Amino acid sequence: MDRFVFLTLDGLSRGAVYAAFALALVLIWRAARIVNFAQGAMAVATAYVAYSVSAATGSYWLGFLAALAAGLLLGAAVDLAVMRFVDHRSPLNPVIVALGLVLLIQAVLGMVYGNEFLPAEAPFSRSALTVAGVAVLSPYDLFAFAAVGVVVVGLAWIFTRTAVGLRMRAAAFAPEVSRLLGVNVGGMLTLGWALASGVGALAGMLVIPTELGLHPHAMDLVFVSAFTAAVVGGLDSPPGAVVGGLAVGLLLSYVSGYAGSDLTPLAVLVLLLAVLLVRPGGLFAPVAARRV
Amino acid sequence: MSGDDLLVVRGLVAGYGAAPVLHGVDLTVPAGTIAAVVGANGAGKTTLLRALSGMLRPLAGRVALAGDDLRGVPVEQLVRRGMAHVPEGRGVVGELTVDENLRLGGLWRRDRADATRALDEVYQLFEPLARRRRHLGHQLSGGERQMLALGRALVGRPRLLLLDEPSLGLAPRVVAQTMALLRQLREATGLTVLLVEQNVRSALSVADQGVVMALGRVVSTAPAARLRDDDDLRHAYLGF
Amino acid sequence: MSATRAAAPPRTPAPDAGPGPAGGRRVPTLLRHLAVAAVAALLLTAVSYGLDPFRNFQLATVAAYLCATAGLTVLTGLNGQLSLGHGALMATGAYTVAFCQTAFLDAGLTGGWWLALSLAAAVLAALAVGAVVGVAAARLRGPYLAGVTLAVAVVVPALTVTFDGVFNGEQGLSVPVEPPPAGLGPYFPYERWQLWVAAAATLLALVLLANLVRSRYGRTFRAVRDDEVAARLAGIHVARTQVLAFVVSAAGAGLGGALLAVLAQSVSPGAFSLTLSLFLLMAVVIGGLGSLAGALWGAVLLVVLPDLTHTLTEQFTLSPAVAQRMEGNLPLAIFGVTLIVVMIAAPGGVQGLLARLGRALAARLPGRRRS
Ligand SMILES: Nc1ncnc2c1ncn2[C@@H]1O[C@H](COP(=O)(O)OP(=O)(O)O)[C@@H](O)[C@H]1O
Ligand SMILES: [Mg+2]
Repeated sequence: MDRFVFLTLDGLSRGAVYAAFALALVLIWRAARIVNFAQGAMAVATAYVAYSVSAATGSYWLGFLAALAAGLLLGAAVDLAVMRFVDHRSPLNPVIVALGLVLLIQAVLGMVYGNEFLPAEAPFSRSALTVAGVAVLSPYDLFAFAAVGVVVVGLAWIFTRTAVGLRMRAAAFAPEVSRLLGVNVGGMLTLGWALASGVGALAGMLVIPTELGLHPHAMDLVFVSAFTAAVVGGLDSPPGAVVGGLAVGLLLSYVSGYAGSDLTPLAVLVLLLAVLLVRPGGLFAPVAARRV
Repeated sequence: MSGDDLLVVRGLVAGYGAAPVLHGVDLTVPAGTIAAVVGANGAGKTTLLRALSGMLRPLAGRVALAGDDLRGVPVEQLVRRGMAHVPEGRGVVGELTVDENLRLGGLWRRDRADATRALDEVYQLFEPLARRRRHLGHQLSGGERQMLALGRALVGRPRLLLLDEPSLGLAPRVVAQTMALLRQLREATGLTVLLVEQNVRSALSVADQGVVMALGRVVSTAPAARLRDDDDLRHAYLGF
Repeated sequence: MSATRAAAPPRTPAPDAGPGPAGGRRVPTLLRHLAVAAVAALLLTAVSYGLDPFRNFQLATVAAYLCATAGLTVLTGLNGQLSLGHGALMATGAYTVAFCQTAFLDAGLTGGWWLALSLAAAVLAALAVGAVVGVAAARLRGPYLAGVTLAVAVVVPALTVTFDGVFNGEQGLSVPVEPPPAGLGPYFPYERWQLWVAAAATLLALVLLANLVRSRYGRTFRAVRDDEVAARLAGIHVARTQVLAFVVSAAGAGLGGALLAVLAQSVSPGAFSLTLSLFLLMAVVIGGLGSLAGALWGAVLLVVLPDLTHTLTEQFTLSPAVAQRMEGNLPLAIFGVTLIVVMIAAPGGVQGLLARLGRALAARLPGRRRS
């Protein structure tokens, strides 16, 4: 029972990170009808920025902020320099271009930093606190929860309560009409990319210290898990992405706790296939897809 | 061209791809008047409005709004110059609520206080919308969507309103109300309207000026009253 | 994407394997492809004597990649299904060859033909995996399909560690391969023999694929790519067609992976990473989606570009560590940039550019213009 509690809490804290990453995918999907397959590589790139900044300044937090800023900039740059010019009539095209970005980003990181694992520092202890004799969350898990919580609430606030959020949603749903109403649709799209990539950067900063460390491929499997989370929730639904992320986190935690961590990749694949074949629109599609 | 002409169009050529649909359209709409563009299906009326609001880039010709050449002005800037375009099918954003749709119409405005005032006025003008603020666009009836689209344009306090077939799919009573409203707005605020209609009778009944289009050209421009009574023109181009 | 739009596909399965009624004096497709393959075989044999062992080996590697890129061309270019998982299918072929060759060696079965049997087994294994993935893929579209195949590409190599009792983890397995037959003489270079083996298998596969592309099945592939609804209305079973395309494509990938394993005489998960899958896609896109000739360009690029960057980095005096980073990553960076630029500027790829050039030249020669 203690183990179950521990695995559940651990799964939720992992899931929070997947939720953030899935949210980033959903944001771009809603804004541009593109699944950003380069999201993982972009997040890793920002984590390397954090690594350099932290190494130069000696401060984790400066590195953390630098990663978020780099995420925003990188997202905007990818939209303005690359995606803007892709012919979207075939859905294959943006996917292929995103994969080209993956190759490019990972190669550049390899050239600059090398293809070895670099240590990724965690700002808080990662050993679990015990409450009434039961191992629960670590301070780092709490930090991850809080960070993702702030982002989720912040995004919800931006999209539902602010003028710019209204513009972004309108631009995504009805670009032509939005332009007639004075909305700078291209600018909203760039902003969407920037926000999503910033959220992706946060997810990367949170997840990399819990894995093997910093590496150009550090987010490959995380991307697959987050994509699965986004699909579980329905690619169109931000709340779905959050729920999907938590669900995937729980599943992975139980599988690795009860069956062995080697099996987690397979579990992700099976879940992804199962969801897509049974409920292709995601588990929350009919109700959630049109809200927020 | 007199100084009071709000919209002046000269030799406008526009189309989709290489082949033009409009072959040199000339049009003048004096400020504070209603001009009705009528013509058969496929005559190029929608294309004309799209070219005016910049959604289609004209291949040749000149469009001037209050004397300013609109060439090269991006679509999203036109609202700031006082032009509002309610597109064919009305363009209500189904995924947004009534309130969000309406607010969208005034987001570009610097004068936030007046934008809020305009929003309240629209809610007073269209009672049913006020009752359905929180409903999504795609939950509305056809008549309500019509009100929403028109109201959203009015929130921007435009000088020139481009309306593409507002009567489409509406009950005759609602059409009559809409036309009466246009007349009323013209009297009250000096709004200038370029109204595209297939419903020729009701369009000409509110318009000051009638413009008949056929095959991408303006074939006749005349006071609306005269057009209503000109049997030859009606038979030739309007089919009644 | 491709300049050729498929004609309306036949409603009834017309038996048009032979020269169709319209093709009166045309050479039958199969014969023509066999003739081309024979000429290629002769050329390659001649070339194999002229090249040094290293170039022979490189050419053999091109042949191995060509199987995989041709397979992916059939799937993505002709049938419109994107697969990021072909590296995993190659791995399936490669590990199967390793198991078979080891088993044959343990059983004391020596002789060249056992290798052919191993390769056939590799194709069958990839075919089976391809059928499973293909059935799922047939129900998925666009980014969903890309995501699932990406998951396959990431997860399958990880399985070799999960079940390391079978696959020996990151270390991988060795692939015992016999020396060239004694009949070729004692000094016959091993690399030349490798080229022969790889080229023979690849040419056979290409003839089969080329025939398939020209056949009724090829037309249904294209019809489904161009417009699923229209294809369905024309009586094509869309899902079945998509599964078939996936299976054929997987067989090509399996053979390619098997050949790579035979050439390297070993197999490990590192060789079949996600990056390989992306490489294949890149090769197909750059070569020109939808044409088997494009697949050849892609395969050549996969081998030549790393070699070129190696030569390039040698021009500069770099510290060994930097040189190593550059060598490993510069080709990737170039591939990535090329992929992006090609998708934006020339979606037809190399083959599309050549075809445009060819048409432009043909238009300049009025005497030879077809009426
Ligand atoms: N998006 C489009 N692409 C190509 N041709 C179009 C398009 N929209 C309209 N057309 C053509 O332009 C002509 C005029 O259409 P339109 O302006 O919609 O006419 P109206 O609004 O008067 O009915 C028609 O011949 C129509 O076929
Ligand atoms: Mg129209």
